[in-house]
Amino acid sequence: MKTIITSDDGKPEKYTPRHQFIAGARDTFPLIVGAMPFGIIFGTLASAAGVSFAGTMGMSMFVFAGSAQFISISLVAAGTAWPMIVVTTFVVNLRHMLYGATMVPYYKNLSRPWQMLLAFGLTDESFAVAIDRYRQRDGAPNKHYYNLGSMVFMYTNWNLCTFVGLTAGSSFPEITQWGLDFAMPATFIGMVIPYLVSRPMWASVITAGIISVAAAGLPHKLGLMAAAIAGVGTGLALEIISKGENMDYKKMDTAVNGIKADMEQKNMGTAVHGIKADMEQKNIDTAVNGIKADTKPKNICTAVHEKGDVAR
Amino acid sequence: MIAGMAIVTFAIRYVMFPISGRRGFPTPFERALQYVPPAVLAAIIVPSVLMPGGGGLDLNPLTNPYIAGALGACIVGWKWKNLLLTIVSSMGIFLGYQWLIQ
Repeated sequence: MKTIITSDDGKPEKYTPRHQFIAGARDTFPLIVGAMPFGIIFGTLASAAGVSFAGTMGMSMFVFAGSAQFISISLVAAGTAWPMIVVTTFVVNLRHMLYGATMVPYYKNLSRPWQMLLAFGLTDESFAVAIDRYRQRDGAPNKHYYNLGSMVFMYTNWNLCTFVGLTAGSSFPEITQWGLDFAMPATFIGMVIPYLVSRPMWASVITAGIISVAAAGLPHKLGLMAAAIAGVGTGLALEIISKGENMDYKKMDTAVNGIKADMEQKNMGTAVHGIKADMEQKNIDTAVNGIKADTKPKNICTAVHEKGDVAR
Repeated sequence: MIAGMAIVTFAIRYVMFPISGRRGFPTPFERALQYVPPAVLAAIIVPSVLMPGGGGLDLNPLTNPYIAGALGACIVGWKWKNLLLTIVSSMGIFLGYQWLIQ
């Protein structure tokens, strides 16, 4: 059994919001190291591309999406129209929708402002750190503070580094030639390795890697999405196949039934909507019928009752 | 432009929460989601290593220091499972190798 020291207010000391916040920031530190050169280069490149100081800082403050910011800068430098840049940002960041979907079960009991705040900070790095913590089944409370700690640390660092890149970077423009952008793949490699614990995971990562190069020619960075979907599909398919091998027939059946049930549930969802729609229509019908009925014989009774009430 | 970028980025990150409501996702979907982070990251890593600077494919380790750095990151990361060590040492390998072949 774990001994949990309680503080004065009786909450477990280890998992107070403050502790979780600090733990989240601490566990994000390695990723901060990787993000620092990235942020500085961004600031430097932005000023070189002719984006204003306020524009560059604004991007880091309000967009807060490293790879999309980088790509937008190169598009600005190439004289791309702004709606196209917004569309590209959308495509490049589409992977974050998958992150959001992954977080749904963990955010569902949070208030809307909390959901919005944490969703705003759902970067690759904070997602990776936070999802790890959420998936530990230790029942610890205040994991959203852990997530917040990671996010605040990433956000502060990203904006500081953008600022440093803007100010110091303009004095050393050759900094962009040093190849410091290797910090991103280096960080991401470190993030992927802990996932490589099963054959489906390996297959998923290898497939995504191959497709990402093969589909790199697709416009608007769509190759990234294609590779991600191919990787996820491969992993899932292999997982289902390999589980089938180890299972006896009955279990397979159950699994299949489970999937069927799931599918039915999905259909049910649609069905429920359909029924709702039907019900609404029926309601109207019933209501109409009811009204019709009311206007006929009951009317007399009600009228009588009403009269009775009034009389009393 | 920045407002548009900010809006689409936030919308993408947030959209799943109101959509899903209070109801969970079906199990196969949840199982698929565990592959999302590694697959997405791999899809970012491989082109940035093998096609540095957004250019064409460069598989020659003598002209592409990103390959040496990435191999270093894989080896160090696999052996010691320490993220900070992986990032710092592979950056060192990358910069050293780059300096060496220039």
